[in-house]
Amino acid sequence: MTATGVPATDAMTEAIGVAEVYKSFGQNQVLSGISLSVAAHEVICLIGASGSGKSTLLRCINLLEPISAGQIRLLGHDVTQPGVDANLVRRKVGIVFQSYNLFPHMTVLRNVTLAPVKALRMPRAQAEAAAAELLARFGLADKRDEYPDRLSGGQQQRVAIVRALAMQPGIMLLDEVTSALDPELVAEVLEVIRELAAGGMTMLIATHEMGFARDIASRVCFLEEGRIIEEAPPAELFTDPKDDRTRRFLRRIVEAGRM
Amino acid sequence: MTTDQEPGLEPGALAGTPASGGFFSAGRGPKLLSAGGGRAAVVSTVSTLVVLAALVAIFLAAPGSAAVRHTFFDPHDMWQSFIGNPHKGYYSVGEAIWLNIRMFLVAEVLILVLALVVALIRQSTGPVLFPLRVLAMIYVDFFRGVPLLLVVYAIGFGVPALRLTFVSTQSFAVYGVVALTLSYSAYVSEVYRAGLNSVHQSQVAAARSLGLSHATALRYVILPQAVRNIIPPLLNDFISLQKDTALVGVLGAIEANQAAQIYGSTFFNYSSLTVAAILFLILTIPLARFTDRLIDRDRRRRLAGAVT
Repeated sequence: MTATGVPATDAMTEAIGVAEVYKSFGQNQVLSGISLSVAAHEVICLIGASGSGKSTLLRCINLLEPISAGQIRLLGHDVTQPGVDANLVRRKVGIVFQSYNLFPHMTVLRNVTLAPVKALRMPRAQAEAAAAELLARFGLADKRDEYPDRLSGGQQQRVAIVRALAMQPGIMLLDEVTSALDPELVAEVLEVIRELAAGGMTMLIATHEMGFARDIASRVCFLEEGRIIEEAPPAELFTDPKDDRTRRFLRRIVEAGRM
Repeated sequence: MTTDQEPGLEPGALAGTPASGGFFSAGRGPKLLSAGGGRAAVVSTVSTLVVLAALVAIFLAAPGSAAVRHTFFDPHDMWQSFIGNPHKGYYSVGEAIWLNIRMFLVAEVLILVLALVVALIRQSTGPVLFPLRVLAMIYVDFFRGVPLLLVVYAIGFGVPALRLTFVSTQSFAVYGVVALTLSYSAYVSEVYRAGLNSVHQSQVAAARSLGLSHATALRYVILPQAVRNIIPPLLNDFISLQKDTALVGVLGAIEANQAAQIYGSTFFNYSSLTVAAILFLILTIPLARFTDRLIDRDRRRRLAGAVT
């Protein structure tokens, strides 16, 4: 695996390195020279208004979107140079989406085991044992044979997290994973993320949950117009923002009653 | 509307009617009728019987009724054409329908495969496949535009005329199946394409984000969902295919329609065509009802999904 650009170890200090990344959709420039470094076992939260580039950045890191310019290093390897096998990279980088995106025609167990069995060629029995263990760990043991449409939003999102974890990724990218949930279901998903953070998972989290970001992040990045405007530990960024734009954004959040 | 009907219409008055409560209210009733309930069933049964009786009356009262009944509905001729008599130069329509069934079954499988290949080519995005995409588009445009009957003639008479070994020495039924497959695959590939497009792009993203290759994602995530969405329109096309096998008769293959025509022109009695029509109905109606049931089940599932 090392020969193809993805190392088997995450012992390096830098897990994610984003350097001067640009991304445009046609005329619309979404990322405008964004740079960011995430150390192994670090949890970084990305905040900012809709359209500020948070989701696009995560999708670019997962190679779901090709970047226009710049460089992305994952676990010490440049994954944006030509010839990199995107499938191998994605197996090491889990991503969870706002809208869960579970496979509706498969049971929970099949959702979780599909990628280990088909992409990693893991024997089915082994994959199912690992999946059962993960599901049990996140309180979903009794849901393994249900179909996604029988689950609540919170349960679906937890299954989506388990599905990503089943690939044993070294990095997890979470794209506003609680934004589509009813308020009373948000807590159970955040609890899962807290547990992952406590376990040392390297995470890059795009979120609108400011309280959660303050709790869990070692650093918070405020994005606007595809750039990181301000980057600081949460205590500093939320209480004493340096930039006017950050201040304006946080004031709007407070006025909306979201903090 | 069920509450104020004609005063003379009491439910008890119709208790003896054989059709009431039997065909209409058993299982399929609520789906055929707009409202359930015994009274509604009685009203609809009566109105159906009245309409049927009126149609039969018009048919019987027509000036040429006796001639039409003799030419198209003569029981003796119907039976003779059904069982056939090769010594007298006419074939059994009942036996000939098996050729339609065989052609349908073989063509159906071939169409499902060819149409999927065409659809996947048309949906591909790689620059390498551009020439194939153009070919697939021309193929679909061509065979959707040319009447099936002309395709049957072209294949059935054109290919043998080439006098190639093997290829030009097949039976008319084989050429018929080829023509049906070419024509229907063009339609069905568009049905597949609609199905593939109906699967949300986020499903592709979810599958690819897990490190699944394009082919694996297609096979395990996209196609199963696409096919589920298109089963009703697919079955609809196959109902149509079942009866279009009759067109192969123009080549001289003895399928039901051709056998019926031969009987008709031998005896100047077309009751044989009625027999063929009945046989085709027996083939297509079960598939039609099955399609209805699937559509209904799918609708209920969607409604249930929308509630949760």
